[in-house]
Amino acid sequence: MTLAEKILAAHSGKDEVSPGEFINVRVDLVLANDITAPLAIREFQRLGVSKVYDSKKIVMVPDHFCPNKDILSAEQAKMMREFARQQDLVYFEVGRMGIEHVLLPEQGLVLPGEVVIGADSHTCTYGALGAFATGMGSTDIAVAMATGEIWMKVPPTIKFVYRGKLGKWVGGKDLILCTIGDIGVDGALYSVMEFVGEAIDSLPVDGRFTMANMAIEAGAKAGIFRVDSETQKYVKARAKHPYKVYQLDNDAEYARTIEYDVSKIESQVAFPHLPSNVKPISQVVDIKIDQVVIGSCTNGRLNDLRIAAKVLKGRQVNPELRCIIIPGTQQVYLEALREGLIETFIESGAAVSTPTCGPCLGGYMGVLAAGERCVSTTNRNFVGRMGSPQSEVYLTNPAVAAASAVLGRIASPEEIV
Amino acid sequence: MKLKGKVHKYGANVDTDAIIPARYLNVSEPEELAQHCMEDIDSEFLAKVEPGDIIVAETNFGCGSSREHAPLAIKVAGISCVIARSFARIFFRNAINIGLPLLECGEAVDSTEAGDILEVDLTTGAIRNSTRDKTFTAEPYPDFMMGIMGAGGLVEYTKGKLAGGL
Ligand code: SF4
Repeated sequence: MTLAEKILAAHSGKDEVSPGEFINVRVDLVLANDITAPLAIREFQRLGVSKVYDSKKIVMVPDHFCPNKDILSAEQAKMMREFARQQDLVYFEVGRMGIEHVLLPEQGLVLPGEVVIGADSHTCTYGALGAFATGMGSTDIAVAMATGEIWMKVPPTIKFVYRGKLGKWVGGKDLILCTIGDIGVDGALYSVMEFVGEAIDSLPVDGRFTMANMAIEAGAKAGIFRVDSETQKYVKARAKHPYKVYQLDNDAEYARTIEYDVSKIESQVAFPHLPSNVKPISQVVDIKIDQVVIGSCTNGRLNDLRIAAKVLKGRQVNPELRCIIIPGTQQVYLEALREGLIETFIESGAAVSTPTCGPCLGGYMGVLAAGERCVSTTNRNFVGRMGSPQSEVYLTNPAVAAASAVLGRIASPEEIV
Repeated sequence: MKLKGKVHKYGANVDTDAIIPARYLNVSEPEELAQHCMEDIDSEFLAKVEPGDIIVAETNFGCGSSREHAPLAIKVAGISCVIARSFARIFFRNAINIGLPLLECGEAVDSTEAGDILEVDLTTGAIRNSTRDKTFTAEPYPDFMMGIMGAGGLVEYTKGKLAGGL
C-alpha cells in the first residue's frame, strides 16, 4: 500500500484498502472557516444532533473576510463564533488567528499519519507533514462534526519524483506550478499526488506546504510527502498530542510515476486564467503590473517572507504599483518583525497587513479594478478571482513577486539581486 | 426520476469562482447566491435560465474551491442536472450531498448544443436529446452513492444511520 492507503486503512479499521473502494474513515481533525462554517452549522442543526462528536477535534478559523470587511461578513463570523463557543470548539479569534492552513500546522494541531478534513479546498496543505488531508463541502463537514466519520472513495496515488538540485530562486512553488503546467488542472483528478526525490528531501517544510497546498489545483484529492527528519523536527517542537508515522510498503502500487529533473526548472509564472497556464520566467517579457500580493496559504510563511525581504532589502517598490504583504499568521508576523523583515517591507514602500485571506479570493485588502494586472504568490488565477472579471492574476513564487514589485513588470530576481 | 430541460453549454474547467464569485460569499442564503450564478462567465445566464434547465459542459466542471455555495447556487437557480465529461472531485461530492444530480457522459457533451432539449432518466442514466433525436447512456452511480441520493442527500442519509443506532 502507498502512504495514503496505509493511513486510510488504519483509519477505517481495515488491514488493507485499494483504490476505488468506498470506506468509512475516522477523522482526527475537522476544519471550517468563516465562509464555509455557516452552511455547515445549518446542516449540523438539521441533523438533529445537539453536541459535536469531540469538541477538541473541530477547529474554526475566521480568516477569509476577517477582520470583517462588511456587515454581512461580520454576521457570518458572528454565527461561527457563537457556535464555536457554545460547542467549546478550538477557535482562534482575530488577533490570534491566521490563515487556516498556515495556522493549524504551526499550532501543532495537524500531525503525521492523521486524517484531516476541512471545508476548504486547500486543506490538502497538511499532506506536507505526511497526513492525509482533503477538502470537502459544508455538508460533509456537518456530518463529520456530528459523527467523527466520513465516507471516502480510496484514491489511486500518482508518484512525482523530483531529481537534481534546485536553482537559486526556485522553490516549492515553481515545482508545483511546473507540475500542474505539465499534467493540467485535472491531471491528478480524484488521485493522491505523492512527492518524492532528492530535491524534495532538501526542500524546507515551508516549501512542501506550498506544494501540497496546490495539489487541488491539479484536481487531486490530496498531496502527500513522506515523513523525514525535517518533518520530525517541525512537528516535534509543536505537537499537541501523540502521532503515528506510517511506512509505505516497498511494493506499493502507483497509478503512474512522473519524473522531473529540477535543475532544468526555472521560476514559473502562471498566466491568466488557469494555474496550469505556466511559462518559465525567461520567456516572460515586458508585462507591466499594477499590484503585487505576497502572502496566502500558499506562500505566506516565514521562509516566503525571508525570500521576499532578500529581494526588497535596500530597494523601492516601483511607484507605479502597490505591493501588499500579508504574513500568514500572527506568529509568522511576529517572527518577521523580530528578524527585521517587516521593517524592510515598510521601508521599501510595501503595505503590510494583519493575517487574512483578503485579496487572495478577491475579498478585500487589494481587490483589482477592471484592466488591472496583479502578480500574486497565491494559488488561483481564475477569471475574477481577485476582483473584476476584467482583471488578471499571474501566479509566482515570492522572489519573482518581490522583484516584479521593484521593476514594475514581471521579472526575475536575477535582474536586480 | 425523469428530468427535462433546455441546455446551457459551457467549456472546460468551469471553476467555482465562475459559478459563484467569492465577492458574494459574505452571505450563505441559497436564494441570494443564485442571483449571481455564472455571472462572470455568462452574464445572460439568469435571464435565460428556466426551471428544469440542464447545464452541459466539458471536463473538470466545478474545479477550485470547496464552496458548497456553488452547487447550491446552480440548484436554486433552477438547474435540474449537470452533464459533463468530468467533474472536479469536491464539487461532485457536494452536489450529491445536496441533491443536485450530475452525470458524466462525454458522448452527450459532444452531440449537444446550447438550446437543445434533453430528457434525462436518473435511474437508468439514459440521456435523450430530443432536438437531435439521439440517445446516450451515462455512467451509472455506484450503489453507495445511490444510497445517499435515494435518501435525499447526506444529511438525511446520516439521520437514517444515526436513528438506526449506527
Ligand atoms: S489564502 Fe486564499 S486559497 Fe488560502 S485559504 Fe485563504 S482564500 Fe483560500
